[in-house]
Amino acid sequence: MTVIQEFEKHPLAKYLRAERFPHIWCEGCGDGIILHCFVKALDDLAVDIDKFVVVSGIGCIGRAAGYVKCDSFHTTHGRPIALATGIKLANPKLTVAVLSGDGDLFAIGGNHFIHAARRNVDLTVICSNNFNYGMTGGQSGPTTPLDSYTTTTPYGNIEHPFNLVHLAAAAGSVYVARWTVLHVRRLAESIKKALRKKGFKFIEVISPCPEIYGRRNKLGKAIDIMKLYRQISEIRHGYDPAKAEITREKIVVGEFIDIEKPTYGELLQKQFIKIQQKLSEG
Amino acid sequence: MSASRLLTPVVKRKKLADVEWNVIEDFCKGCSFCIEFCPVDALEESDRLNAKGVHPPKLKSEDACIGCGLCETLCPDFAIYLEKKEGKGDKE
Repeated sequence: MTVIQEFEKHPLAKYLRAERFPHIWCEGCGDGIILHCFVKALDDLAVDIDKFVVVSGIGCIGRAAGYVKCDSFHTTHGRPIALATGIKLANPKLTVAVLSGDGDLFAIGGNHFIHAARRNVDLTVICSNNFNYGMTGGQSGPTTPLDSYTTTTPYGNIEHPFNLVHLAAAAGSVYVARWTVLHVRRLAESIKKALRKKGFKFIEVISPCPEIYGRRNKLGKAIDIMKLYRQISEIRHGYDPAKAEITREKIVVGEFIDIEKPTYGELLQKQFIKIQQKLSEG
Repeated sequence: MSASRLLTPVVKRKKLADVEWNVIEDFCKGCSFCIEFCPVDALEESDRLNAKGVHPPKLKSEDACIGCGLCETLCPDFAIYLEKKEGKGDKE
């Protein structure tokens, strides 16, 4: 029996393109766990795969779009949300999820993110945050913590990082959560909750990058980073995202925001009807 | 066995599901998440080397697994999967 035939017996293999496995991510990379939790959520919700679209940008986790067995786009750098907005508005029957990294969503695509959140476009955005640009060799990015070492900050980073959950909440997301890849069950539940909800949902997942960020900052192997997460993460639902900064001593995780708001698609439909009525009245 | 393991008392947990534990050995990249985070410490490195040159995990004994499925979800490489044993299913 070949490895692929063996993999086809995996209960989640029906949602994955088996011929592309094993995936390219490094040993202990969190992206594999995020993909697993995502696919598990699809399986638990029994999502109709023909009405589901995954969009991803450039970055390590951008490969995820190529691994899931639904319609998927691996789009240009920073534009997954722009493309996903277009897909959702063109065909509101589709469920659209964006899987991308911190550099793609918040540096190159920062404006798309805040404006999609402001408009409340019906998207589920899952951000794999590994604190640097892993794929291109470990440059510092918008989430790199102060004083940490990357290829472009060999003497320590002097830029203040984004607090992604605060940014998403302030921009108007209806659902904001943060988990580490260690919290697999809670992450999968969170993704399920987000997929069921309407509006702009944002889930930040803290993911280890043992080969690049971890090596430069002497965090040890992937297993050591996971143990660190177990030690310093603290679950606090409903916590003020403004105070949920990530430090070396503490990572606050949990569901921070869960509110209801009319989505952009709904308002657009209402607007259409209103204008058509006006025109017909002459 | 890590230091934290030695400090935590061994709690006998009841079986959640009767499952067959499987590993796709050539998918394993040797991160050892499954071995470290197994709640009942049921896994260990095997002596075999796979195609990637790492030791994939194996069950310590046939009945060690309680079927919680944590290793399956935590495996970044989709290498572990559980199969429900036909006929028996969940007891209790």
